[in-house]
Amino acid sequence: MKLRLTLALVSTFFWVVAQAGEVTVAVAANFTAPMQKIARAFEQDTGHKALLAFGSTGKFYAQIKNGAPFAVLLAADDETPARLEKEGLAIAGTRLTYATGRLALWSKTPNWVDDKGEVLRGSGFNKLAIADPKLAPYGAAAMEVIQHLGVQASVGPRLVQGESIGQTYQFVSTENAQLGFVALSQISLDGRISQGSAWIVPPSMHTPLKQDAVLLHAGKDNPAAQALLAYLQGDKAKAIMRQYGYAL
Amino acid sequence: MTLSAEDFQAIALTLQLASVTTVLLLLLATPLAWWLAHTPSAWRAPVASLVALPLVLPPTVLGFYLLVALGPNGPMGAFTQWAGWGSLAFSFWGLVLGSIVYSLPFAVQPLVNAFEAMGPRPMEVAATLRASQWDAFFTVAVPLAKPGFVMAAMLSFAHTVGEFGVVLMIGGNIPDKTRVVSTQIYGHVEAMEYSQAHGLAGVMLVFSFVVLLGLSWFNRRADQRKKVGV
Repeated sequence: MKLRLTLALVSTFFWVVAQAGEVTVAVAANFTAPMQKIARAFEQDTGHKALLAFGSTGKFYAQIKNGAPFAVLLAADDETPARLEKEGLAIAGTRLTYATGRLALWSKTPNWVDDKGEVLRGSGFNKLAIADPKLAPYGAAAMEVIQHLGVQASVGPRLVQGESIGQTYQFVSTENAQLGFVALSQISLDGRISQGSAWIVPPSMHTPLKQDAVLLHAGKDNPAAQALLAYLQGDKAKAIMRQYGYAL
Repeated sequence: MTLSAEDFQAIALTLQLASVTTVLLLLLATPLAWWLAHTPSAWRAPVASLVALPLVLPPTVLGFYLLVALGPNGPMGAFTQWAGWGSLAFSFWGLVLGSIVYSLPFAVQPLVNAFEAMGPRPMEVAATLRASQWDAFFTVAVPLAKPGFVMAAMLSFAHTVGEFGVVLMIGGNIPDKTRVVSTQIYGHVEAMEYSQAHGLAGVMLVFSFVVLLGLSWFNRRADQRKKVGV
């Protein structure tokens, strides 16, 4: 009898925990806006609360390696989650691609950027901003597009690098750079370019910008963490991502 | 631990930036500090507060507003375009400008203290001996305020070497032009190249320690010489 009561209490306790769990998520900066929306929908639909920390994937890697209590990492690339798994810092077999980023060549000047990127061949700009190709997948993709178009010789001296895609956006947004390769998600609003003019780069011109998620050790026995990973692949989350210019 | 050619470029650029900034800051801060130390004007307090303001803003925020100001729609950007200098963002001189703003309080404050500690007496005596204002300033005030100058130079130099947020925001990470040691180390860390980061950070720490130690010793010896009247 006593045992049965204890069991009942214990299972009730776990049921409550499972109902109103909490998950701490490290989110790549480029995914900030959609993730805030997804987290709200996630909480409404499942009762779980997602606590979001935004930052660069490289910094998250350093923090996770040194014991940061993140349960899930939503990275800006597919290499970091793979690396964490290989180093035993993530749960094997939990990696998944939650979104694929799209690259856009953007300027604040309206009706200027054409839909083939021919503007890169001209001399109408002093500075072209890209994210640091060594640090940000969007930067590496931008370099591939520049090479694909064969304009590296003329564009090279005019390149400036942001340490992240967020900073690259600032350079163009403040018009210190007339042109820049940014994430489509940064300039999309309800499926349209919010200001200026842009060329949405065909995905065939660069390595796919796969953004992978992975379950970390801190989230191993956390039902909320697993629920979040499942939720990211659901229709509601996908619809939000599409609104923000991610391909799926 | 091996430093790459790019690491050495970043070191050279950092030293250049810190030296140029220190010299310009001393030229700018000396008259400003002299005025602050002596003026009876009601503007004294507002100007002193303005000079201290860069201490308040986080460097990346300061950098962001410099970026906005230097842009074609910002006041400084509009001026440099009008003057035909083009845009200062993403250039060495843009970094110099940012560093001057960022380190201004570190140059002004020790000089104000030194000029105030001197008191009005030495300049008055010099005047009774018919020294011109300028003559008295260079032959009396400057030697007396020397520890203040050394301290101002040391702080400006060290603060510029360690500057990160401002450079990150207005630099654009261009090798040999705006990629300094601090941003290069940050890049190594972000790229998970920890051994290169350790190497470069180690070199920077050792170098800075040696320079600061040397300046302290130099200052000390100069002081002692003065006391024994050599």
